[in-house]
Amino acid sequence: MVRYEAPQTTPEAIALLASAKGRVHILAGGTDLIVRMKGEYIEPDVIVDIKRIKSMQSIRKTAAGTSIGAAATCGSMGRHKALKKAWPGVVEAANLIGSDQIQGRCTIVGNLCNASPAADSIPALIAAGAQALVIGPKGERLLDVDKIPTGPGKNSLKKGEMVVSIELPARAPRSADAYLRFTPRTEMDIAVVSAAVNLTIDKKSVITEARVVLGAVAITAIRVPAAEAALIGNTLDEATLAAVAEACSAACNPINDKRGTVEYRTRVAGVLAKRAAQSAWARAGGKA
Amino acid sequence: MTQLVNTQINGDAVGFACEIDETLLDVLRNRVGLSGAKEGCGTGDCGACSVILDGTLVCSCLVLGVEAEGRKVETVEGLSDGADLHPLQTKFIEHAALQCGICTPGFLMAAKALLKNNPDPTEEEIRYALAGNLCRCTGYDKIVRAVQATAADMRGS
Amino acid sequence: MSSDTKFTGQKFKSIGTSPLRPDGIDKVTGRARFGADINLPGQLVGRILRSPHPHAAIRSIDTSKAEALAGVKAVITSADLPDLTNGNSELFNILDNCMARTHVYYDGHAVAAVAAVDATTARKALKLIEVDYELLPHVTDVDEAVAKGAPILNKKCFTEGVEPKPRKASNIARRSEFGHGDVEAGFAKAAVIIERNFRTEQTHQGYIEPHACVASISPDGSGELWVCTQGHFVFRQHCAELLGMDVSKLRVTPTEIGGGFGGKTHVWTEPVALALSRKANRPVKLVMSRDEVFRASGPTSATSIDIRIGVTKKGRITAGDATLRYASGPYVGMWAELGAMTSFACYDMKNVRTVGLEVLVNRPKTTAYRAPSAPMAAFAVESMMDELAASIGMDPLEMRILNAAKKGTRSSYGPVYGPIGIGPTLQAAREHPHMSAPLGKNQGRGMACGFWFNFGGQTCTDLNIAPDGSVCLTVGTIDVGGARASLALVAAEELGISYDQVRTVVGDTSSLGYNDMTDGSRGTFSSSMATIMSARNAIKILKERAAKMWDIPVEKVTWEEGCAKAVGKKYGNLSPLSLAEIAEAAPNTGGPIAGHNELVADGAGVSFATHICDVEVDPETGRTQVVKYTVIQDAGKAVHPTYVEGQYQGGAAQGIGWALNEEYVYGEDGRLQNSGFLDYRIPVCSDLPMIGTQILEIPNPNHPYGIRGVGETSIVPPLAAIGNAVSNAFGVRMTHVPMSAPRILKALDEAESKKADETQQLPLEL
Repeated sequence: MVRYEAPQTTPEAIALLASAKGRVHILAGGTDLIVRMKGEYIEPDVIVDIKRIKSMQSIRKTAAGTSIGAAATCGSMGRHKALKKAWPGVVEAANLIGSDQIQGRCTIVGNLCNASPAADSIPALIAAGAQALVIGPKGERLLDVDKIPTGPGKNSLKKGEMVVSIELPARAPRSADAYLRFTPRTEMDIAVVSAAVNLTIDKKSVITEARVVLGAVAITAIRVPAAEAALIGNTLDEATLAAVAEACSAACNPINDKRGTVEYRTRVAGVLAKRAAQSAWARAGGKA
Repeated sequence: MTQLVNTQINGDAVGFACEIDETLLDVLRNRVGLSGAKEGCGTGDCGACSVILDGTLVCSCLVLGVEAEGRKVETVEGLSDGADLHPLQTKFIEHAALQCGICTPGFLMAAKALLKNNPDPTEEEIRYALAGNLCRCTGYDKIVRAVQATAADMRGS
Repeated sequence: MSSDTKFTGQKFKSIGTSPLRPDGIDKVTGRARFGADINLPGQLVGRILRSPHPHAAIRSIDTSKAEALAGVKAVITSADLPDLTNGNSELFNILDNCMARTHVYYDGHAVAAVAAVDATTARKALKLIEVDYELLPHVTDVDEAVAKGAPILNKKCFTEGVEPKPRKASNIARRSEFGHGDVEAGFAKAAVIIERNFRTEQTHQGYIEPHACVASISPDGSGELWVCTQGHFVFRQHCAELLGMDVSKLRVTPTEIGGGFGGKTHVWTEPVALALSRKANRPVKLVMSRDEVFRASGPTSATSIDIRIGVTKKGRITAGDATLRYASGPYVGMWAELGAMTSFACYDMKNVRTVGLEVLVNRPKTTAYRAPSAPMAAFAVESMMDELAASIGMDPLEMRILNAAKKGTRSSYGPVYGPIGIGPTLQAAREHPHMSAPLGKNQGRGMACGFWFNFGGQTCTDLNIAPDGSVCLTVGTIDVGGARASLALVAAEELGISYDQVRTVVGDTSSLGYNDMTDGSRGTFSSSMATIMSARNAIKILKERAAKMWDIPVEKVTWEEGCAKAVGKKYGNLSPLSLAEIAEAAPNTGGPIAGHNELVADGAGVSFATHICDVEVDPETGRTQVVKYTVIQDAGKAVHPTYVEGQYQGGAAQGIGWALNEEYVYGEDGRLQNSGFLDYRIPVCSDLPMIGTQILEIPNPNHPYGIRGVGETSIVPPLAAIGNAVSNAFGVRMTHVPMSAPRILKALDEAESKKADETQQLPLEL
C-alpha cells in the first residue's frame, strides 16, 4: 500500500527519505510521476510531496546568483521578472515544458532528475553553468547539473538524497542565453532536438565566453566544446555561425525513434544552435 | 491506504476519503459527484480535466486527490453564479465555440485563468494559452473568437 | 450550366438563422452527461486485457487466478461470447474484433475482460490472467502486406471480386473496380501523362472522449446500455445479435457524445460490457483509456495509391487510372472501394478506371473517419491536377474549372449528377480575395477540391404537441454537432412557430423505430426530411381539430404562421386558432396531438468543396505552418449557418493535422509506439490560423428545403491543398502524408540537388 507524506520542512523531508522503506518517490510537480504511476511503469511505496515546504517554492537572489527551489513551478519562473532578465534562455526552456496547466505544476528540478535526453530545461541549465544543491543523509553537496542525469530516466542521486534547489551563477555584463527546440507542433510537444547557448561578449561584440549544449542527440544533453571554441574570440558573422552549426552536427550521436531520425536530428541540431547563438548574442547586446 | 481529505470546492467545504493513487480528477468525478471535468487522456495532454487549484490552472488528472488537503479547487460547476452564467459561458454558446462539448469545461477553466492574468490578450496569446486544451470539433476558430469577445465584454469595451 | 432547382430562392423564416443550441447551457456548466458520466447503483468496473503482440495464435487462457481475487465478480473470454453469427461474416468479424478467439491480429486486440468492485482490483485481476501465445510473423505496412512472401493474416482469405476465384490465400481481401470509357484510348490522346505513387499514413479520428458505456443485463434476459455512440440502433442490433438477445429487449440510451467522426459507428467494448454484466449479474461500466482508444478502436486506412492521368495541351483530362490499396486492419473492409469511388468524382471524364484493393494488415480494425477514404484519394488526384497544370503551363484553378463535373455528367463511380456544387465552388475560389492576397517569404499557396457522397437511410421522428402548445421533437439520429438546433429550426419552419417553442431530444431505442446512425453526413439531411413530414402530419391533425372546434368542414381550414385559419366567405371572419389554443382543447377534440413519420431518406445530394491554403515553410528545418485557410463548400441549404461553418472549420482542421503531423507509428516489433496525445499530434490551438468559410447554396432537388449533408467533405481537400502549397512555395512534389518536417526537408534537399545537377550539366549541353 502506498503511503503519502507531505512534510513541511526540508529536514523532515530528508528524514523521511532516509527512513522510508521500499520505492520512494518525490512528488514535486507530479507531471511525470503521476503519469508513470497511472501507466503502471512505477509502483511507489512512499510518495514524499515536497510542495508544502515553503523554502522549496521560492526563487530568490543569493550572494552567488539566483536560487530556484525544487518545488518552484516553471510557471512561477516565467513570472519572475529578474530571473527572466538574467536568464532568458533558462526561463524560455522551462516555459516550453507542456501547457499552462503543466506549467502550473512542473519544476526544473523534476525535469532534471527525470533525466529525459529530450528534457527542455537541462540543456539550458548546463549552458548556464547551473549547479544543483543536493541534500542527503551525509549532508549537502553542490553538483554541476550535468552530473545529475546519467542516461534516459536515470540520475546519479543516491538513496535518501534529493535536489533541493538549482543555483544559477550571477550574471556578468553583456551576457545572455537562449534555448531553441524543434517540435512538430507549436506547443505541447517533446523536443526532437534542441540547443542552448549561453555567451558573454565584450564591448566590441566579440564573444569572450560561450557554452553550447544540445538536447535529444545523445543519451544525455551534451556540451559541444568545438562549437564553443568556434564562438570565442569572434563576433557572430556567417563564418562563425557556419562553424557552430557544423561543430554541433558533428557532435551529435542520436538515435532513430518515433520522434525523429538520426539524419534529421543531426542536421537540425546545427540549425538550432546557430539560431540560439544569434538570439543569445542579440540579447547580450551583440551588434554586427 | 484510504485517506481523509478536507478541501474547498467551488467555495464549499468538502471532505472526502480517497486512495493515495487516486487523482483529483478521479476524486471529483467518482467521490464528490462533480463530473464536469473530463478525462480525455489521463496524461495531461488534452486539458479536458482542467481545474483551478489555489488560483493556478492545472490538469486534475496530474494532481493526487490527497494533495487537495486544505486547498481551494475551482471547477466548471462553480463558474456560474447560480443561474447567471459567467461571460465566458455565455460567449461560448453565442459564438458556437463548442460542438460536442467534451472539451468545453477544460477550455472554460483555461480561458478563465488566462483572462485573470491577461484581460486583453492578442489572438496569439489566446492561442498559446489554450494550447494545452485539445478540441477536435471546432478547429479552434470559434473558441478563440469567443474568448476575444469575452475579454472585450469583461473589459467593458 | 445553371444549378437552379425548384427549391432555389425559397423564402424561409427560421431556416438560415443561427439561434443558440439547446444543449449549450448543459455543456458550459458541466451538467451534460457523456459516456463516462453515467453511473448505476451497484455498478462494477470493467477492464479489458489486450494482446501485446501484433500476431499470435492463442494456445490457452488461464483466468483462474483472476477469478480467485477478492472483489472480482466476473472474468470473460471469447468462450463467454460464443459465436452466434450463423455464417454472417461481417458480424463474425465484429465479434472476433471485440474479443479474440483463436488468434490475435494486432497490438491491442482484446483477449479477456474482468469486472471488479473497483479499478484497482480490476487492474490487478488483468495481471493475473495468463495467456499462452504462439507468436506469428506480422506485417503492418500496406505495401509490404501485398508483397511476395508477406505473412498471410488469414489463410482462408481469397481475394473477392476476382474471376476466376483465386486458389491462393492473400492479404488482398477484396477487389472492386469502377469507371467507364476506354482508359488506354484516352491516354493515347493525351499530350502529357503523369504517373505517380502516393502514400498516406494511418490516422485516428482523435475524438476527445474515449469510448465509454454502462451495461446492465437482468436475469430475465432484458438489458440496458448507456453509451456514447453515433448510432444507438446499430449498437443495439449488433450487441443483441452477438449476445443472443431479442433486439427489442435491449434498450440503448445514447449519452452526449464527445466526438466520433466515424469512430463511434462501431461497437468495440459494448458487447464485452454486456457479457460481463450478464456473467456478474451487476451493472458494469467500461471506459477505454486513451491508449486503448488508439490501439484498439478503429483508425482510418493507411494507403498506397498508384495513379496515372493524361491531359491535352489545353488541359482537358483524357484519361485517369488509379489502383488504390487501403489497409483495413485484420478484417475485410470497404475502404478501398470508397476510395476508388470518390477519387475522380470531381471531374467530367470520358475515360476513367479505379481499382480498390482491401489489404489486411496487423493493425486495428479500420473504421470510418469523416468522409472515409476520400481524403487519401483526393490527395493523389488533386496533387496530380496541380502537377499536370504546371506541366502544360496552365493555371491549376482554370484546369479544374475546365474539367469540373456538372449537372448531367456521368460520375466516375456510376450515377449521373443532378445540380452539383463543384463548378460553383471553383468559381467562388477564383473570385475569393484569398486567391490574390499577398504571400510572405517562404510561403506558398495551394488549392484542392473534395467530394463526398452523403447518405440518407432509414429515419423516423416523433413530433408531439404538449398541452400548452409547445413542441417536443424526438429524433433517432445522434446529434454530434448541433443537429438538435437545426431540427428544431426545421420543425419551427414547418409549423410556423418560433424556434423557442420547439425542443428536440434524441430518443432511446425504445422510443422510436429504427434509425440509421449519424454517418455519411445524414443526420440533418434525413432527420429534417422526417421532421418536415412529421410536422405536416401534425398540421393535418391540427387542422382537423380546429375544424372540430369551429364546427366547419376541414377543407375550409388552412395552416399559416402557426395558426389554423378558416377560409372562404362563410368562415373568413373566424379568428385564427393558435397552436396553443388547439392544444389546450385537445382533451375534448380527440386527445393528444402528434405527428409521426418513417422514411428511407433517398436522394442525399452529393457534396463538393474547394479549399485554398497558404503555408509557410522553414527551409532549414522543414517545419510547415498553415498561415491562412479558406473553405468554400456547397451546403444545399444551410439550416443553421453558424453550425455549418463549424463543420467546415472542424473538418479542415482535422485535414490539416493529417496533412502535417498525424500518423500511427509502428515499431519493428509490430507495436504501436504513439498511442497518446503527446506523440499522436492532433493540432493544438496555436498550430492553426482562423479558418475562413464561404457557404454556397445549390439546393438539393431531392429535399424539400434543398438541404445537403455538410459534415464530411471539408476533411477531403486539405491534404492536397497543403501539398500543393508546399509545392508552389519550393517546387517540390510531396507524395507522402503526413508531410512532416523531415519529409519536407528531404524533399527540399532533393529538389536542391536536382537543381544543382541541372546547373552543372548546363555547360555540357550548351
